[in-house]
Amino acid sequence: MDLVESYAEDLRFARRPFTRALLGLLLLAVAAFPWVAPDYMVFIATLVALYSIGVMGQNILIGYTGQISFGQAGFLAIGAFAFGHLRIWGAPFFLALVGAGAIAALAGVLVGFPSLRLKGPYLAIATLGFGVAVYQIFVNWEVLSGGRSGLAIAKLKPIFGLSSTRYEYYVYLALLAGFTLVTYNLVSSYVGRAFVAIRDSDIAAEVNGVNLTRYKLLSFAISSFYTGVHGALYAQVLGHIEPQIFNIGESLTLFVAVIIGGVASIEGSILGALFVILVPKVFANFREMVPVVYGVTILVVLIFEPLGLFGRWLKTRLYFQLWPFR
Amino acid sequence: MEKLLQYSFTGLAAGSLYALVALGIVLIYRSTRVLNFAHADIATLATFVSFSLLTNEYSFPVALGLSLLTGAAVGIAFYFVVLVRAQREGANLLGMVILTLGLALVIQGGVVWQWGAEPVSLPFPISDTKTYKVGLVVMSQLALATLAAGLVGSLLLYLLVQKTRLGLAMRATSENVMAAQTLGIPTRMVLSVSWGVASALGVVAGIFLAPALLLDPFFMLDPFLKGFAAAVLGGLNSLPGAVVGALLLGVAESLTGAYLTIQFKNTLAFVIIIVVLLLRPEGLLGKEFKERV
Repeated sequence: MDLVESYAEDLRFARRPFTRALLGLLLLAVAAFPWVAPDYMVFIATLVALYSIGVMGQNILIGYTGQISFGQAGFLAIGAFAFGHLRIWGAPFFLALVGAGAIAALAGVLVGFPSLRLKGPYLAIATLGFGVAVYQIFVNWEVLSGGRSGLAIAKLKPIFGLSSTRYEYYVYLALLAGFTLVTYNLVSSYVGRAFVAIRDSDIAAEVNGVNLTRYKLLSFAISSFYTGVHGALYAQVLGHIEPQIFNIGESLTLFVAVIIGGVASIEGSILGALFVILVPKVFANFREMVPVVYGVTILVVLIFEPLGLFGRWLKTRLYFQLWPFR
Repeated sequence: MEKLLQYSFTGLAAGSLYALVALGIVLIYRSTRVLNFAHADIATLATFVSFSLLTNEYSFPVALGLSLLTGAAVGIAFYFVVLVRAQREGANLLGMVILTLGLALVIQGGVVWQWGAEPVSLPFPISDTKTYKVGLVVMSQLALATLAAGLVGSLLLYLLVQKTRLGLAMRATSENVMAAQTLGIPTRMVLSVSWGVASALGVVAGIFLAPALLLDPFFMLDPFLKGFAAAVLGGLNSLPGAVVGALLLGVAESLTGAYLTIQFKNTLAFVIIIVVLLLRPEGLLGKEFKERV
């Protein structure tokens, strides 16, 4: 058992030497991964990294602020195509990435305005409508989407003589680390507490001095910034985008990832991303069973383990910490 | 003028099916406050059941009856096995909405696994090529049958909800569950009936839509979203509102396709949702929910 003796100790990320050693080992494993695993596995790990960013953004909106959105595919598409056009006009990678995120965030604010008046299921339908509308606009408006052939995006130029798969892996991993750090600090700041207050009871939050308009819109903006970046990174890794990728299934996948990984948890977001990437790969020969697995997992998680995979992890850890007592 | 009438009629026929979908959504929403995302998939499953029956030489009434039963059974089973259980575990409303999403995914996967993702056509006894000319308007047999199915379905639901003891119990339960329980109404049975009836309405819509579209595991998604839009337009807790909203949406959509743009015809429903939610969130005929902190 560990005893917390000071505030600084409470704030520390890893308190015990053993935890620190484990964390170090994990980081080492993640860093060494592309040198031992085949290229295909590295590519999948890259996908997990970029999905984690999107799921984290979705989790800020659903898990922390309690606003359901089924329209994430819309933000993904906006991010991806904004990124594609910016890259084609010659913007460097990071500038295009920030630009894509910013444009998606702007769309998020626009979608967020209805959220000021809508709750629960109404908001879910409105965002679902947004997602489908964006999809149809991109499918039918060829100037934006590059028509049937889509947009081609130039590959990143690797530095230090790394192979392009490994380079992409490291860049995406660094981005994921950055976003994770930002999210940790965000949710434990005043802003994060305001989000949680809105989730638990928006009227009570307003009475206690949380500006609902500002914080709901902020939550939408931050979440869609993450999702826009996710879209942009996805576009980069695919090298070619067409509107058909960003269909309603993609919104559902992100949603499933949040629920299964764990609502309102950052580690859960990464676990959820891992889940939605790995399940289709494991079931590659039975593609039709993938939705069944998602659906059954949702039913089981919601009834037996409402905190998702991360909740299960916490319980397992607690079990071992208390062992042999229970 | 002729074009206007013709497209209005087509719109009404489509709208009457949206009405059936919307009625199912509203029926469940106003009794359990759950938005049923599995509505489309239950209907798809049952339509595929009738597809299997019809291709195996069963007669149409048998196929229709059995698929209605399938739809209703899935709805009732989901209510008892999953929702009641989740409520006992203390799931909140959002949790229950997500549970319906889980059911939707399970059914979707099951349908693809059983019947494949290739579109098939339903052997339907009513043809869409045989037409009648009434006044200026050309009506296909299918469109007439669709319109009739929509009207009969709505009428039966009206009679059930307004004229029977069961309907009275349903209305009481959706008004206030606690009070209904205190008065001795078996609310779980009543709510399960709501789920069954709502799912069966969706199935009727599915079977009459299948001959116009091709039958594939995702064919109900679009009509379902339109039904949602119609329910929002009419008011999510008002049954007459659902019918009015659906007919309006059907006509508006058809006229948009005829006069403005055919490409963005399907986007109209979502524009309507967003505009309605912004201007009058409770819908045309709905009442606003008030809540305590």
